[in-house]
Amino acid sequence: MSVAPPLLAVEGLTKSYGGVHAVRGVSFSLRSGEILALIGPNGAGKSTCFDMLNGQNKPDTGHVRLLGEDTTGRKPREIWRMGVGRTFQITATFATMTVRENVQVALISHGKQLFNLWGSAPNFDRGEAGRLLELVGMGGYADRPCGELAYGDLKRLELAVALANQPKLLLMDEPTAGMAPRERVDLMRLTAQIAREKSIGVLFTEHDMDVVFEHADRIIVLNRGTLIAEGSPAEVRGNPQVQAVYLGEGLLYDAGHREGASA
Amino acid sequence: MAFYVVQFLTGLASAASLFLVASGLSIIFGVTRIVNFAHGAFYMIGAYIAFTLTERLSGTFGFWGGIVIAALAVAVIGVIVEMVLLRRIYHAPELFQLLATFGLTLMVEDLVVLIWGPDDLVGRRAPGFKGAIDFFGQNIPSYDLFLIVLSPVVLGILWLLFQRTRWGVLVRAATQDRDMVAALGVNQKWLFTSVFAVGVFLAALGGALQIPRDAVHHAMDLRIIVEVFVVVVIGGLGSIIGAFVAAVLVSELNAFGILIFPKISIILVFLVMAAVLIVRPWGLFGKPEAPARKTPGLTVNPWRPLTSNERLAALAALVIAATLPLFAGNYALTVGSEIAISVIFAVSLHFLMSVGGLASFGHAAYFGLGAYGVAFLAKMAGLPMIVCLLLGPLLGCMGAAVFGFFAVQLSGVYFAMLTLAFAQIVWSIAFQWVSVTGGDNGILGVWPASWAASPSHFYWLSLGVAALVTIALRAMVFSPFGYALRATRDSLLRSEAVGINAKSIQWTAFVIAGTTAGIGGALFAYLKGSVFPDNLGISLSVDALVMVLLGGVETVSGAVIGAIVYKALNIWLVSQTDLSKLVLGGFIVLIVVVFPKGIVGMLEMLAQRRRKASPPGSPLLAKPIESAE
Repeated sequence: MSVAPPLLAVEGLTKSYGGVHAVRGVSFSLRSGEILALIGPNGAGKSTCFDMLNGQNKPDTGHVRLLGEDTTGRKPREIWRMGVGRTFQITATFATMTVRENVQVALISHGKQLFNLWGSAPNFDRGEAGRLLELVGMGGYADRPCGELAYGDLKRLELAVALANQPKLLLMDEPTAGMAPRERVDLMRLTAQIAREKSIGVLFTEHDMDVVFEHADRIIVLNRGTLIAEGSPAEVRGNPQVQAVYLGEGLLYDAGHREGASA
Repeated sequence: MAFYVVQFLTGLASAASLFLVASGLSIIFGVTRIVNFAHGAFYMIGAYIAFTLTERLSGTFGFWGGIVIAALAVAVIGVIVEMVLLRRIYHAPELFQLLATFGLTLMVEDLVVLIWGPDDLVGRRAPGFKGAIDFFGQNIPSYDLFLIVLSPVVLGILWLLFQRTRWGVLVRAATQDRDMVAALGVNQKWLFTSVFAVGVFLAALGGALQIPRDAVHHAMDLRIIVEVFVVVVIGGLGSIIGAFVAAVLVSELNAFGILIFPKISIILVFLVMAAVLIVRPWGLFGKPEAPARKTPGLTVNPWRPLTSNERLAALAALVIAATLPLFAGNYALTVGSEIAISVIFAVSLHFLMSVGGLASFGHAAYFGLGAYGVAFLAKMAGLPMIVCLLLGPLLGCMGAAVFGFFAVQLSGVYFAMLTLAFAQIVWSIAFQWVSVTGGDNGILGVWPASWAASPSHFYWLSLGVAALVTIALRAMVFSPFGYALRATRDSLLRSEAVGINAKSIQWTAFVIAGTTAGIGGALFAYLKGSVFPDNLGISLSVDALVMVLLGGVETVSGAVIGAIVYKALNIWLVSQTDLSKLVLGGFIVLIVVVFPKGIVGMLEMLAQRRRKASPPGSPLLAKPIESAE
């Protein structure tokens, strides 16, 4: 009897800097099409944990497996090749290139044409680039220089770039940081919709609890490097320990009745 | 044994000047983030002024007073330079800062010849340190012992200055985060000026203290600046301790390298530098450079391939250029060939610098290697011209493959300094390895075959190759590889996150650019009929930078225009004046300060302005997208 391995399996990740234990024995898993939020107060170890998943950082002990394959300690570009797309807390795009060219670079890399010296890049996979941009609602911006875009549009462009290699997993580090409230809702709705349609697993860190409680299927909570809670939004919201260290008591988050969410 | 001890002490004494200059460079970089290329020039002016003062002022007091006054006087010059020039370019890209300070260096080289004459000047011995001390039968000049004691003393004084004074605290704070220091209400302007003055003082002191040991001459600036770059690359830019340790290390390597490889002693320094770079890319005591500041608005116009009309126009220009032999004389055709070769050289650097964002300050190395490659094949193997032209550039390709591998491990100013140091190493080998390269006498008699011998035929050959190279590199800009290269330039983080191995992309670009430069060099060898170490010298590297910059660094075809204008101007200028470096240096400074976008960039801007002005009330949504040419 064999069970298919989960999309992402994190087992006992540990990382310390000097005497500081940034992350201690964190384990969790993620299924395809599931949206998982990683939350916790500042200094909880979210970023360290995140960086160990995307290859930016190596764990002291523990393993990260993608569909059963060990990715621990691999470089970010290798992890990308295994089907992991990512967006950054502060957007990273190719500022002197147009919006379409940004996507084309990712498509060129995905098609392993990086060392093709003679082909025509402006015509490279133009159709697919256009489809990806349409998907994130950036179709009308294809010829705009990326450096001119508003921040919210940059975030959407990053999403299109992250989707270029048909990822199985999306890692999004504070996807809505620095955005206006309305834009946050739109971006996360879009992400959730794409993730469900294409059955992509999404792991994101976030400080905006409205975003978290509305879109996450499941939430894991870190505090001082340790996983203190895991469960559905309702379970986590009701967890006294989570309220004590992060959410605060007496606050009520109700995703259904917020302004903006219904717009 | 005694011999080795004395050799060791000589090395330590040489380290003194090197440390003074390198620490000055490091301090200035730490706060202003400017790599002051003119540091060698300040060192040289310090030596010249000290020479004059110590000749005029008599006695012990006159000598030492003269040294200190010289250093102070140069510090004042430094303050003026900082206030008039550098304050305008603190926010310019680092490449522009390097170039502006290089322009200053060129000007100073001509100015010192104008003031002090072209001959070497031998200064007076230091009073009190005229003799030598006997060490088991070996002589050690007592002045060397003075220098050996001096460097740790200076190191101690600098340490006290930075740890124990309010000024030092501000400097250390600004080194970490200058915006924060400004936000705390510190007058940044004067902090920068004072830091620059201290750095220049140290450089000038280093120069002034050299006069009892070495003759003062007008090329000492480049020699020291290359060594200083090697020192700061090894020690870590911004670290004074690093400057000290690396200055000692480099000086000792030089002192003992002479014993091991008497012909090419610089190899040893290179090997150590390469080893350090592999283990610690930011130098022994350095920290990784913060990501290069993106200057907003530098490159906003997206690049696009030529439209069919523009292709026709380019073809027409080429056809017109090809008719030159119908009406021009032999001299004009030779100049034409040289300009065509410059175009090859410039577009090769452009590919690396504008497309890849890697500003090489030693690109002439690969041009010169191509020239030497041809000379070796033609003279030693006696191969026919066509074979030499095809195989000669491979030497440039191999050089670029070796040096490029190390260079792309770094970026920004480190990359610039390292490429410069590599070029200087290649130059030294060509200069010192007389038995193979002919040293200063070069290799003569590299004449083209009869089919290419006439000036018109050679002109057509050069023009044809230049056109092919330009078209090929332009096609590469718009190839998938070109996109990947631009991606690594724009954001390393994002490139890595979409699976791009930035180092291997950049290395490939370096090899392509080096090979292309080698093609130019191969033609150049046949044009001149000879090769000399100057064919891979620093001034040629800078020519290439200026050509790209003049055309406009953020345009696709600027390098072609820049090369034509610059080379024509240069040839004309050299025929008109003896002070070509002064004019050229002033010209470079002017471009950087007044026309940072270059000729093609300026034309584009004008065209853009006209277009924006003409249709009044054009709908905001249909904002025209300007495209760079």
